[in-house]
Amino acid sequence: MPRLVSHPDEVKIVSKRFGLGATDIDKYIELGGYQAAKKCLEQGPDWIIEEMKASNLRGRGGAGFPTGMKWSFVPKQSAKPKYVLVNGDESEPGTCKDHLIFLHDPHSVIEGTLIAGLSIGSKMGFIYLRGEYRYLLEIMEKAVADAYAKGFLGKNIFGTDTEFQIITQSGAGAYEVGEESALMESLEGKRGVPRIKPPFPAVVGLYGGPTVINNAETIATVPHVINMGGAAFAAVGSPRNGGTRLFGISGHVERPGVYELPMGYNLKKMIYDVAGGVRGDRKLKAVVPGGSSTPVLLPEEIENLGMDFDQVGKAGSMLGSGGVVVIDDRTCIVEFALRTISFYQHESCGWCIPCREGTDWLKKSLTRFHAGFGTAKDIDNIRYLAENMLGRTFCPLGDAAAMPTLGFVKKFRKEFEDHLDGKPCPFAKHAEMAVV
Amino acid sequence: MSAETMSIFSPKLAARFDALVEKYPVRRSALVPMLLYAQDEIGYLSDAVIAEVAHRIGITELDVRNVATYYSMLRFKPAGKYNVQVCTNISCMLRGAYDVFEKFQEELGIGHRGVTPDGIFSLEEVECIGACCWAPAIQVNYDFHDDLTPQSVPEILDRYRKVQDKEKNA
Amino acid sequence: MADVTFTVDGKKLTAPAGTLLIEACRKAGIEIPAFCYYPGLSLQAACRMCVVRQEKVPKLQTACTTTVAEGQAFITDSPEIAQARKATIELLLGNHPLDCPVCDAGGECELQDMTFKYGAGESLMVDAKRHRDEQQWSPAVFYDRPRCILCYRCTRMCGEGMDVWALGIQNRGVVSVIAPNQEERLDCEQCGMCIDVCPVGALTSGSYRYKTRPWEMNHVSTVCTHCGDGCKVTLGIRQAIDGSEIVRADNRDKSGINGDFLCAKGRFGFDFVENPERLTTPLVRNAEGNLEPVSWEQAFRVAGAKLKEIRDSRGGNAIGVVGSNHTTNEENYLLQKFARTVLRTNNIDHERTTDYAAFARAIAGHPGKTASLREIAAAPSILLIGGDPTNEHPLLAWSIRTNVRLNRARLYVANERQIKLERQARAALRLPSGGYAAMAGYLGGSDSVIKTSAFREAILGEEKLVVVFGEEYRGTAVEELVKWGVGQGNVKFAYLGDYANSRGAADMGLLPDMLPGYVPASDAGPFAQEYAGLPSTQGKTLPEMLTAATNGALGGLLIVGANPFDQVGSGPVTLKDTFLIVQDIFLTETATAADVVFPAASLYEKTGTVTNSFGDLQLARKAADHAGVKPDFEILVRLADSVGADVKALVPFGKRGVTADLGQSRGAQAGEADRHAVWLAANGLEPKLSPFDPLALLDEIERLVPAYKLDRLNLFGGNDVQIEPGLIPSFVPVSALAASRPDPVNPAHNGLFTSGTLGRYSHGLKDLEQHQAAGVATAAAD
Repeated sequence: MPRLVSHPDEVKIVSKRFGLGATDIDKYIELGGYQAAKKCLEQGPDWIIEEMKASNLRGRGGAGFPTGMKWSFVPKQSAKPKYVLVNGDESEPGTCKDHLIFLHDPHSVIEGTLIAGLSIGSKMGFIYLRGEYRYLLEIMEKAVADAYAKGFLGKNIFGTDTEFQIITQSGAGAYEVGEESALMESLEGKRGVPRIKPPFPAVVGLYGGPTVINNAETIATVPHVINMGGAAFAAVGSPRNGGTRLFGISGHVERPGVYELPMGYNLKKMIYDVAGGVRGDRKLKAVVPGGSSTPVLLPEEIENLGMDFDQVGKAGSMLGSGGVVVIDDRTCIVEFALRTISFYQHESCGWCIPCREGTDWLKKSLTRFHAGFGTAKDIDNIRYLAENMLGRTFCPLGDAAAMPTLGFVKKFRKEFEDHLDGKPCPFAKHAEMAVV
Repeated sequence: MSAETMSIFSPKLAARFDALVEKYPVRRSALVPMLLYAQDEIGYLSDAVIAEVAHRIGITELDVRNVATYYSMLRFKPAGKYNVQVCTNISCMLRGAYDVFEKFQEELGIGHRGVTPDGIFSLEEVECIGACCWAPAIQVNYDFHDDLTPQSVPEILDRYRKVQDKEKNA
Repeated sequence: MADVTFTVDGKKLTAPAGTLLIEACRKAGIEIPAFCYYPGLSLQAACRMCVVRQEKVPKLQTACTTTVAEGQAFITDSPEIAQARKATIELLLGNHPLDCPVCDAGGECELQDMTFKYGAGESLMVDAKRHRDEQQWSPAVFYDRPRCILCYRCTRMCGEGMDVWALGIQNRGVVSVIAPNQEERLDCEQCGMCIDVCPVGALTSGSYRYKTRPWEMNHVSTVCTHCGDGCKVTLGIRQAIDGSEIVRADNRDKSGINGDFLCAKGRFGFDFVENPERLTTPLVRNAEGNLEPVSWEQAFRVAGAKLKEIRDSRGGNAIGVVGSNHTTNEENYLLQKFARTVLRTNNIDHERTTDYAAFARAIAGHPGKTASLREIAAAPSILLIGGDPTNEHPLLAWSIRTNVRLNRARLYVANERQIKLERQARAALRLPSGGYAAMAGYLGGSDSVIKTSAFREAILGEEKLVVVFGEEYRGTAVEELVKWGVGQGNVKFAYLGDYANSRGAADMGLLPDMLPGYVPASDAGPFAQEYAGLPSTQGKTLPEMLTAATNGALGGLLIVGANPFDQVGSGPVTLKDTFLIVQDIFLTETATAADVVFPAASLYEKTGTVTNSFGDLQLARKAADHAGVKPDFEILVRLADSVGADVKALVPFGKRGVTADLGQSRGAQAGEADRHAVWLAANGLEPKLSPFDPLALLDEIERLVPAYKLDRLNLFGGNDVQIEPGLIPSFVPVSALAASRPDPVNPAHNGLFTSGTLGRYSHGLKDLEQHQAAGVATAAAD
C-alpha cells in the first residue's frame, strides 16, 4: 500500500481527504463532497467556466494549459454529443500522484468530471485508467456505482432534468495513450496513435464530438476550486499558477512521497526540507523536476527555483507532471540517460519517423556507450540526433525523449567523456546492463 | 454473440462482455479492456480469444491483432500464473530496482520474459508502473508491492507460493 | 471554396481555400517531398518529410496537413528545412538496410532519390541495424520489414482504396510491422496495389523480384489484354534471346482510365506471353494426321488454296469465320472484310459475352447517352443493375468506390445476389427472381414485381444518373431499360462485357447479321458499294457454324484468337469434313483440331486500337516481341493474298488514285471514285504505305463507322477517346436494326484470376488462384 506522507509546509486541498476513508461515498459526502457539483448545477455553465478561469488552475498532466480556457473552447452548440475525458493513464516516470487520488478520493474525480460535463453541456464522461491500475479501477468502479445509486449520476442527477453518465475504462499498457488524442483512439478501440491536429479535441474529439480532456489531478482539483471559489484557489499559488499541486518526490531522498505544496514552492526546500534531503551521506547531483521528459537541472539551478510552470520553464526545463526525481552524486548520468531513452524507445508508438527511429538509435548508441564502447563522435551524434528530433515529431513524445537526452549531454558532457576509451562506467555495477 | 452460444470464456466473463459492448456509444470501445479481461482469464491472447473478441465486437481478427499488439500488457504466449513485473524505470532504478530484479532472477531461475518450469511464476522487467514515490516497486499480476529490497524478494514469492499450495490442496 | 492567395517561397499562389498546401505547391511546380502522403488516401503526417515553415508559427508544419488560407506565407526551401529533411532521412537510414544493389526498388526508390537530393551522404550509424527475415505472404506479395519505412501507403491503399483491409499495422514503435490478415499469409484480391504504392523495396512482387534492374527495362504503356475494362498498363520490357520479354506490368503511367489502379490480371497475368507452350511456328496437318511445323509460306499456300477451293466449289456460305475478343479493332475489321469480300460469306461471329448488338440498337439515334469509364468515375450518382464488378470488372469497382469515397457519389445497387459493392451503396435493392426483366418497368413506376418504391424514388430524385448494367440483360431487356433512361433525359448507360476487345469485336461487325457499326447485312448502305461481292444473306452464328461443322455442312472454318471448342456446355466438337484454320497464341483445344495453325502475336506484341466495355477507344502499343509469331493482321493479309485476293482492296495502302480522283470528288457522292483516297485527302491524311499497317484500316473504320469519330491527337497520344454509338449512319433506319432472332451470348464470368483460355496459360494467375483457393479450404476446415 502506498505510504502517505506529510509535512507542515503542505497545503492540503486536493489531498485533504487522503487517508480519511473517502472512498466511501457517505464519508465523502460528510467531508463536503458533492456540494460543488450541486452548486454548479444551480449556477450554470458560464459561472463554472468563469470560476475556473479565475482559479488559474493549469493542467496537471504536464503541459499546464489553463483549464478554464480549455473548457471555454468547446462550442456551445454541437450536432454531435460532447464528452468529458479524464486522463488517468498516469505513466510518466517519476509520477504517481493520480495513483493516490484514485486510491483515496475517487469521488473527487467523479465530481470533477460531472462539473466539467456541466460546464460544456456534456452528458457523458469517461474515466480512463492505465491498465496496471486495476485495483484503482475497481475502486473507481465502485465509487461510480455508488454515485449512480445516490442519484448523483444518471438520467436525472440530483433530481433535476440534467443527465450525466460516467463510464470507467481500462488501458492495457501504453504511455503514448496519455497523449490526449491517442487516449481517444484507445477509447475508441484502436491503436494508441495520436490524431492529426487541428482539429483539436474541443471541436472534434471522442467519437467526433467536442471533448474536454483533463488530467485526473486537474479534474480532482475542480470541486475544490468551486468550493473555495476561483479567486481563493488562485491566491494559494504563484502568479498565473493557481493553487497547489501534488508533487511526487522520488529517487535519492530521505522521505520520498507525494506532497501537496503551493505552486511556486521552492525546489531546493522541497528536496531538503520537505523530503528530508539527499539520502545518506550523499550529495545532490541533479534533479529531474517534472517527470522523466523534463530536462535535468543542476544543484546550482535550483537555488531559487519556484516550482510553477513559468519559473521552471524559464530555468530551461518544465514543471511537467510534478514528478521530482532526485539524483545523488553516485549515480551515473549516462546510465540514467540510457534508462530514460530506453523508456521512450519502448513507448514510442512508431507512427512518425523521427521519434520511432530517433529513440531507437539513441538507445542503441547509449547502450553501447555505457558499456564502454563509445567514441568521442558518439557524444556529438547523440546531441545531433536529439536536436533533430526536437519539434519535428508527430506528437510531443519525440520531444519528451529528445529534451532530457539533450539536457544530459549538455550538462554532463564530462561524464560522457569519462566513459570513453573503454573505461568502465565510473559508477554503476550495472555497467554491463543491456536493457530490454 | 450471446451467452448461449459457444464461448471460450466463463459464463461470468461472457456475460460481462455481453454487457460491455453495449455500454459505449460504439461497440469497438470495449476492445482494449475486453482483451485485458480475456487475458486475465485465459492467460494470454490465444487465436481463439482473438477470434471470439473479433466476433463479439464485429471487426476482423486482423483489426483485433493490430490493436492488441500495440499494448504492452497484452501477450500472445502464456505467462506464469503469477507474473512478476519489476519496474526498473528511473525512480525505481535509483533505489535499487536492478538489485531487486536480479534477486528475482536468482530466486526464480529465470530471466526477463521467462516462465518457471512449473508455470507458477514468470518474470518481466517493465516500465514505470506509477509507484515512483514508493520505489522500488513491482506488480505481481495486479498487486503492487513497494519499498522493496532484495531481501524482501523471497518473502513475496513465498506468499504467492503459499496461496498456490492452498489452492492446490483445496 | 473561394480562392485564396498565399505566398510560397516569395511567390504568390492562388488555390481554393482549404486546399492542402502540398497539393497547391505541387500544382505550382514547387516540389515538396513526402513518403506517407499519397493523393486520394487519408492523411498521416507520419513521415515528416514535407515539413515547411509557416510564418508566425513556431514549429515546422507538415505541408500534407496544412490547408491554405488567405494571406499565409510559407517557406518550403531553406537550410533549416533541408536539415530537417536530411535528418529524417538519416534517421530512416539508421535501420534501413543499404542493400540497394540487390533491391528491386533500387533505381526507382523514393528513399534513394530523397537521400540523393538531401545529401544524407555520411552514415552516422555504427550500431547494428534491426533485422527481421523477409516473409512471403502470397505468390504475389513479399514483405521485407527492414526496408519498410512505415509510410502506411500499403495499408491505406488496401483498405481505403481496395476496400479489402487485408493489411494491418502491428506491434509498436521501432518493432512495428505491416502485417497480413492471416498470420504470415495474405488472403485478399492479390491486386498488388500495395506493391505499387510502396515507395521503397519493402513490398516486392513475386513475378518481378530479382529479375532485372529497373534501368534495364523500357517502359511501354499499352492496354491490358484481359477484362473488358481496358486498363492502361505499363509493361517493363527487356531484351531476350527470342525477342524482347515482359518482366513487369504495373501502372507507373497513371494517365489512363485506371488512374492508380491495376488488378491481379493486369499486374501478374502478362506471363502467358512467355509460356513455353507458346506457338512459334506454323503447323500443317500432314498425311499421317499430325500437325507438323512448316514454313509460313507453306502454311499460307495450304490454307489459301483450300479456302479458295471451297469458296469456288461450294460458295462462301460453306465457309465460316470466327473472330476474337482479344484482337484489335483493325484486325477484327479486316477479318470481317476478308470474310465478306474475299471468302464471300456472312458466316462470321465471335464468342459473344454480352449483347452489344442489342445495346447498339437501343442507343442508336440517341447520341450522348453512353457513359465512359471516366464519366462513371466522376458521376454524382450511379445505378448498378446486375453484374459483380468487384470480381468481374475490377476497374469499374475501383472507379465506383473511389468516386463514392472521394466525391461522395451516391451508388445504388440492384442485384439478385449480394455483391461487395453494396458496402459503398447508399441503397441496395435485392431483386426477386425475374427482377432484372422487371427493372425497366419498376423504374417507370410499376411495383408489380419489385415491391418497394423508396429505391426508385431515390433514383428518380437524382439530377444526373449513370446506369451500369450487366450481362443479365439481353435483347429486348436491354432495349427496354435504355428506353426508360432515354426518356428520363438525364441518364447515361454503360453495359458490361467481358474481354479486352469484346466491344470492338461487335462494333467491327464480327456478327453474321451486322456489318461494322451494326449496319444490317440485309441493308448494307455504303458497304454495298464498298465491299465488292458482299453477300446480302444473313450468315450463321457461332453455334450454327459449329453445328454445321459437325454436320458436314461447312467446308472451311477460320478461327482467329478464339477457342470455341472449349466453350462451356457445348461439349466436344467433332468436325466432319471441315478444313479448320486457326490463328492463335497457343495450341488450344480448337487449334489442336486444326489443319493449319498460324502462331499469332498477343495484344502485347502488336499495335492497334481496342474498345472497352464503356466505349473507351485506346491505342494498344507493341511492347514485347516474340520470334516466330506474327500479328493476326499480317497473317490475314498474307492469307488473303494466298487466296488470290486483291490486297489493295482489302487494306487501302499506297497512293493509288489519290491525285486522279481529287478533282472530281465530292465526298461520299463521288461515285466510282476512290472513296478512301478522297476521304483521306479531305481529312488531310496520307495513305499508309504498308499493307501490314493496321492504321490503314483505322482510317477506313473512321470513314465507315460513324461511332468511331476519332480524336487522333488524344488516341495516338495514348489517351482514351470515347466512341459515340448513338450516332448511326443516316441511311440506316433504326427499325432496320431490329433483332430477328435471339443472339447467342455466353458470359464468361471471369473472376479475379481467370481470363478465359488465355488465363490458363498464365502461371502467375494460376498460382494466385491456387493460393486463394487453399485459403478458402483452410477457412472451411476451421
